[in-house]
Amino acid sequence: MEITKRKRKSLVKSLFRIREDIPKSWYLVGIGASFISLLLIWYVFNMVGVVKEVFLPSPGAVIASLYTSLLDSHFWSQIGISVYRVFMGFLLACLIGIPLGIMAGTFKLAESIIVPMSEFIRYMPAAAFIPLIMVWAGIGETAKILVIFIGCFFQLLLMVADDTSKVNKDLLSASYTLGAKRGQVISRVIIPAILPKLMMTMRMIMGWAWTYLVVAELVAANSGLGYTIMKAQRFLDTELIFVGIIVIGLLGLIIDRIFAILNKKLFPWAEGGH
Amino acid sequence: MLNAVRKSVPIESEIEINITGLSKVYKTKAGHFQALDHVSMFVKKEEFVTILGPSGCGKSTILRILAGLEESSSGSVKVSDEEVTGPSVNRGMVFQSYTLFPWLNVRDNIEFGLKLKGMSATERKQISDHYLELVGLERFANSYGKELSGGMKQRVAIARSLANNPEVLLMDEPFGALDAQTKQSMQQLLLDIWKKEKTTILFITHDIDEAIFLSQRIYVMQARPGKITEELNADLHLFNDGELVEIEKFMKLKKHIISLLKH
Repeated sequence: MEITKRKRKSLVKSLFRIREDIPKSWYLVGIGASFISLLLIWYVFNMVGVVKEVFLPSPGAVIASLYTSLLDSHFWSQIGISVYRVFMGFLLACLIGIPLGIMAGTFKLAESIIVPMSEFIRYMPAAAFIPLIMVWAGIGETAKILVIFIGCFFQLLLMVADDTSKVNKDLLSASYTLGAKRGQVISRVIIPAILPKLMMTMRMIMGWAWTYLVVAELVAANSGLGYTIMKAQRFLDTELIFVGIIVIGLLGLIIDRIFAILNKKLFPWAEGGH
Repeated sequence: MLNAVRKSVPIESEIEINITGLSKVYKTKAGHFQALDHVSMFVKKEEFVTILGPSGCGKSTILRILAGLEESSSGSVKVSDEEVTGPSVNRGMVFQSYTLFPWLNVRDNIEFGLKLKGMSATERKQISDHYLELVGLERFANSYGKELSGGMKQRVAIARSLANNPEVLLMDEPFGALDAQTKQSMQQLLLDIWKKEKTTILFITHDIDEAIFLSQRIYVMQARPGKITEELNADLHLFNDGELVEIEKFMKLKKHIISLLKH
């Protein structure tokens, strides 16, 4: 008896050591517990009837609504159009933002031109640009892609510039003494050195892209997941609102996981990566 | 006789590195900071010379100027009779911090400079094989930096510099971050390499024992402003196979250097 007691004590101790690893099974228990308790709280709220069913549907009703939505091809086309917008806005931001960010992190002159202005614009909320974008680009696809682009671009640019400027200067010095010319220092040292961090940055920006997608679709759209949520609100179809939010969350999670796996597979040499 | 204070005058053609009246002034917020004050020194072909001094005496600055990574304020810095104007493959450098390219394995790190030269793959492999063997890392050719210990990383850095076949090898406290045991074996390895490859080496350290063990001549520096206070002959055959055999002579030289550094 004494021994099992002591064992239990040491297990508790080992689970609460600061920044130390815990067994993988316990980690999974943690994940499971958080999701289950969220569902449980939701369920209890619903059972007790604190909130009216119209405002907070039961988990069962949401799952049922999710099920019927996923069987509906129309819902899938809403997902498709949203994913398309996110990727176009995100890709556009990457195509322009990454090269500019690398320039800003490499050359002080480029930094002086690019960074202070981006810092300034970054604080202007992308959502506030929507009326202006509608005036410029109407309410077509370009408008939504532009909102996502503006929301992501300046953040991405600044983060890439920061990643680039953090490349160990001794690596650059070493490559100079090994015969590298300026262009080769960029192409053979700076760019490969930032790749793992760049992937992490893109992963974060992808999260921003989803946020701006919904902003754009809530304000001005007649398709997409954001619009689906908007329309559901008009009909007080709260189940569908929950479905929309959950589906966006799941899509984000899937894309995030893909980035994480790619990072691990492409850059096994990176230090400190999980 | 220790023959400590000696001003050697070499034959012109023997000189590989020749520095005369080198000064370096940094502009700081507090005004001008004189990092180097009229430093003059030389290194002969195939010689192993150490610059010894406290931190902040500007010894690394001399090396960085020699490597072409920094500019001098005044004075002349010549390597093989040519004024240094920028970095060159003729001047390899090993840094105190680990500078392995983490995305390249050990072999690709060693071949980095050769690739820049546009050498063919077979030629490159021949050379990297030689240097992998020289530093004893044949078994780690495919490993990445994060799998290597500090000593192994510095061995790769040495091999990578030598693979370029430089005229001089500049070493900026390369063993400064290593534990005592590893440091010792690296020093022996470096001496073996130096004897085999016949490279001219200019080595920087603040470790007196290291300077005496490795070098033929030692320049002792002082700080604020960075100046060479003395040139010492250390080629006294104090060691035999890495073992200290002339303890008295060693202690005498060490005491002398300590008294120099106290000023």
